[in-house]
Amino acid sequence: MGRHTPLHAAHRAAGARMVDFGGWDMPVNYGSQIDEHHAVRRDAGMFDVSHMRVVDLEADAGAGGVRDFLRYALANNVDKLQSPGRALYSCLLRTDGGVLDDVIVYFLSEDRFRIVVNAGTAEKDIAWFAKLLAARAPALRLQPREELAMIAVQGPKAREKLRAALPGSETASSGLKPFFGVAVSTEFGETFIARTGYTGEDGFEVMLPAQHAQALWHALAAAGATPCGLGARDTLRLEAGLNLYGQDMDETVSPLAAGLAWTVDLESPRDFVGKAALLAQSPSQQQLGLVLQDAGGVLRAHQRVNTAQGEGEITSGTFSPTLGKSIALARLPTGVAVGDTVSVAVRDKALAARTVKPPFVRNGRVLVS
Amino acid sequence: MNVPTDLKYADSHEWMRAESDGTVTIGITDHAQEALGDLVFIELPAVGRVLKAGEACAIVESVKAASDVYAPMSGEVVAVNDAASSAPESLNEDAYAAWLFRLRPADPGALATMLDAAAYEKFVGEA
Repeated sequence: MGRHTPLHAAHRAAGARMVDFGGWDMPVNYGSQIDEHHAVRRDAGMFDVSHMRVVDLEADAGAGGVRDFLRYALANNVDKLQSPGRALYSCLLRTDGGVLDDVIVYFLSEDRFRIVVNAGTAEKDIAWFAKLLAARAPALRLQPREELAMIAVQGPKAREKLRAALPGSETASSGLKPFFGVAVSTEFGETFIARTGYTGEDGFEVMLPAQHAQALWHALAAAGATPCGLGARDTLRLEAGLNLYGQDMDETVSPLAAGLAWTVDLESPRDFVGKAALLAQSPSQQQLGLVLQDAGGVLRAHQRVNTAQGEGEITSGTFSPTLGKSIALARLPTGVAVGDTVSVAVRDKALAARTVKPPFVRNGRVLVS
Repeated sequence: MNVPTDLKYADSHEWMRAESDGTVTIGITDHAQEALGDLVFIELPAVGRVLKAGEACAIVESVKAASDVYAPMSGEVVAVNDAASSAPESLNEDAYAAWLFRLRPADPGALATMLDAAAYEKFVGEA
């Protein structure tokens, strides 16, 4: 029996099929997963993402030092965060360059940065930060915010649904640029609204006190947002070319072989955990997208891929509801080029797939053929 | 759960219907389609293939996973439903209309030994 989010009863009441995810009992779908997927691409869907852990890293008022610590702890460079509310996607690396987790970090003030980490890795991440802090910045405090719930509202109509459900949020959210967040006082308490997500659509992630989560969820439903489970979340993020931690990368994989080189700042002179290891690497693998050309099955994680340059493996695969074809993310030899035809072992068959540069879909539009 | 009483069932979640010509029509149950989720790919056996009872002979894949369909009884495949494989979602819409394949049973008495609706419902309830 997994842990329950504050919305667990609402999922049950809505007839959700539940599944264990990172130790949490989460909805995988409420009916048709494909219908939920289309709702996000065409209108708006909402996801309970309260299993993700919000962790604030704080200093005494005016003492600062948080930025300096994160400059060392994260592979992406928090110096890109100059305006308050600005968010950054980053890997948390081990010394050997393996990926401990992928996180979003928000710059709230020089005394407080907010980090959102994955559910299954939260305890590990917190222990890792604690160890680094003890060594480098013992005056800083790590504040897990387990009293916060998180609801993602995603899709071209996400903005109007959120406006209807959360009066008072409009002023704050209307001028919010992508990858920015802002704290607002609402009838649901102190609420943090961020224009972020995991679907490839416009949308918001709303963090709010757990006791108000059900009320916001029902208000969003009344505004017409479709409840969506982890099933649709997975097909949406895969179409958007976004990695899933534990599947597309983990502690044994370099971010450079997992399509995450763009998130690693190797140019600036600053040192960070894993930097020396990454500089010493010459990756033999790269991440590419695959679009299945033959009928005969669905691309799935762990299927072998044969290329003219050697073997690779699918890390995430599914049927793409938007393309009407099977798609995948795969780790392939570096010599494979976009547009190459490769062969995937699906059960007893060898099926042809074409390599593409992810994303497959963004803002409702198909970007590959 | 929709379990029509005029059909027979296997504990591997296939339904069976006796046809007047002695053949048996086979599909997956409503419970099975519900558990699998949205179906996106179906592979059917070749007509003429001779199956043993319990043999994996078809594949149904949903957005979530692939699953085998088993021959509930030994026999020869005499027909397959191409309409189902070209529209996998039809199994989600009506699992008892979207049949998969038709067998001529090696043992004409095999169907009588399968679960009836009440027994299948009880089996699913306990599983």
